[in-house]
Amino acid sequence: MKKPALKKLLTGLVAGLGLAATLSVQAADQMKVGFVYVGPIGDHGWSYQHDQGRLAVEKHFGDKVKTTYVENVPEGADAERVIRNLAKTGHKLIFTTSFGFMNPTLKVAKQFPRVTFEHATGYKQAKNVGTYISNTYEGRYVAGFVAAKVTKSNKIGYIASFPIPEVIRDINAVQMALNKYNPEAELKIIWVNSWFDPGKEADAANAMIDQGVDVILQHTDSPAAMQAANRRGVYAVGQASDMQHFGPKAHVMSVVNEWAPFYINRVQQVMDGTWKSEDHWGGMAEGEIVIPEFTNVPADVAEEAQSLIDAISAGKLHPFAGPIKNQKGELKVAEGEILEHGEMAGMNWFIEGVSSEIPK
Amino acid sequence: MLVKLEPRGQHSRKMAYLSPVLAGVLTLITSGIFFFLQGLDPIHALKTMLYTPISDTYGLAEWCVKAAPILLCAIGLAVVFKAQVWNIGAEGQLLIGGLLASSVAVNVIEAEGIWVLPAILLAGVIGGALWALLAAWLKTHFNANEILTTIMLNYIALNLLVFSVHGPLKDPNGFNFPESAMFGDASLMPVLIEDTRVHAGILFALFAVAAIWVLLSRSFMGFQIKVLGLDHSAARLAGFKSKRLVWVTMLISGGLAGLAGAGEVTGPLGQLVPQISPGYGYAAIIVAFLGRLHPVGILLASLLMALIYMGGEMAQIELNMPVAITGLFQGLLLFYLLACDVLINFRVTLPWLSSQKTTAEQVN
Repeated sequence: MKKPALKKLLTGLVAGLGLAATLSVQAADQMKVGFVYVGPIGDHGWSYQHDQGRLAVEKHFGDKVKTTYVENVPEGADAERVIRNLAKTGHKLIFTTSFGFMNPTLKVAKQFPRVTFEHATGYKQAKNVGTYISNTYEGRYVAGFVAAKVTKSNKIGYIASFPIPEVIRDINAVQMALNKYNPEAELKIIWVNSWFDPGKEADAANAMIDQGVDVILQHTDSPAAMQAANRRGVYAVGQASDMQHFGPKAHVMSVVNEWAPFYINRVQQVMDGTWKSEDHWGGMAEGEIVIPEFTNVPADVAEEAQSLIDAISAGKLHPFAGPIKNQKGELKVAEGEILEHGEMAGMNWFIEGVSSEIPK
Repeated sequence: MLVKLEPRGQHSRKMAYLSPVLAGVLTLITSGIFFFLQGLDPIHALKTMLYTPISDTYGLAEWCVKAAPILLCAIGLAVVFKAQVWNIGAEGQLLIGGLLASSVAVNVIEAEGIWVLPAILLAGVIGGALWALLAAWLKTHFNANEILTTIMLNYIALNLLVFSVHGPLKDPNGFNFPESAMFGDASLMPVLIEDTRVHAGILFALFAVAAIWVLLSRSFMGFQIKVLGLDHSAARLAGFKSKRLVWVTMLISGGLAGLAGAGEVTGPLGQLVPQISPGYGYAAIIVAFLGRLHPVGILLASLLMALIYMGGEMAQIELNMPVAITGLFQGLLLFYLLACDVLINFRVTLPWLSSQKTTAEQVN
């Protein structure tokens, strides 16, 4: 008689204590979220936009989260220590926001299975590592349309960083729009082999303007090309953040990375325990690619561009809808189909119409 | 003149060693005040920066990981700087070392055997040494200023590295991203403590410290190097072959920097990436002088430098300070070190206040 009663009492006590402990933990629990940036937050491009996303997380969740960032982290041996120290100091969710953090993130993730990691622009996932990227190609397609309409010389310049799938995909998206809206227009590409090098970017812009280019697009992060275009009286498309104020006369539109919706969503999922590792692609429909404003563009062009944005957001228009041929003229996507996701993720070929070759 | 600096005449040996300590204390006080003004508890903030990063095994291991490349570069620089050969190119020599080591490593990913790692490291040493010899050759044959040539070679080295990692050494399965494939297990530095990243590189660095100490203070070669540095014409008069000394010192310095680069790619990185060094070769110049070009001093200075880098990261994580805190700390330390040195070798006088007194001392 006595024994079971005692046992019951003890079990109850333990359970009660356990519950109390969980409750008190939850009450005091402020989820810590860490961000690792490759550049300084004042770069007005990539890292700046990620930090805007972080600030939005703080605003959205208030006291429920505490965010931490480490900026200017080299994509070398130091990255792993920074990520690990964030994991060790109780950060439950860590965003590593540059491609070069891929292997360090995976290494740390292995040692901290209870911490959730999200790595931007990479291609390796794990049980507790998800990846994310934004569909910049959707914005780039609209930029291609605007460029096709506003060019007078039919020469459009593209400052490209590195021949990785993301960049190749976006060049192709621009060419898709040119093929449709102005087949006469020629796309000139300059590879600067850097994400952020204002000097080189400005040189590239000037060289292209000298060759008669009158609309400049860029897949690099500094506003130097926008400024050069402004000086020389040609048009330009901003990248990553809204670059309007860097070239009031040149700016036609900017393809802005809006990370806030994704970051808020992921923080919520980790809080709720519903997070799952996946390869996330977010675009206009998710509010992750935003084109804030068209400037220096005729009203009818702006209107049509807006209708393209609406169609892409609604899922009615896909920038990579067939028929698509490669440079050799071989059919890659048939009429009525769209480019497969896997093909898009590892894209390493130019579509028909791009005149230059991918550097090897 | 309001303030005048007068040479003190005799050098205090004790003060010369005390000056870095004094500079350290002053840095702590100033940064403490700075933290206080930022609304932080200064003791807690300093503890976070200087103790928390190394408060556990992993932290201590990381300390070695971070210090090893700086130490290897700096200890090599001690040799050239003693000879008054100004090699500013440890960075480039490190990069070429890492590049050559990686070019071997990506070709032996499947290979097994004890020879693999030594072959890779040797490639790194040779790479760094050859890169330094290029500057030595330009100096001895064309009298080209090695400060300029080594700096320029740094940029060439960086571009060669970037070219290779985007081109021939790129991971064929890496979607065109600028990274090499991950190296094979036989190519990786053995890890000294399980679950950390501390690798044999730190042992090489410590061995180099001992070897350079013997070279500089116990060998005839070291004596020649020092004489060359102190008085070029005396060295010539004594019949020392100064050209050969330039070559030898550059060879040592470049080889050690190359080893540092090879250690990074086979150690914590495990692959070649575009950014294998966040400026270790430049930090090593500061470390070499902070350590008074003495092997033991350099050992301590490189540990301090590594700790400041790690502390800067920790300050961002725990105190929400910006990354500039690292630069601020380094700047303060250098400022106080130079200031202490000036005050040890010179006496500050205020001529308008005590002109008589100084005259009296001069007579004495």
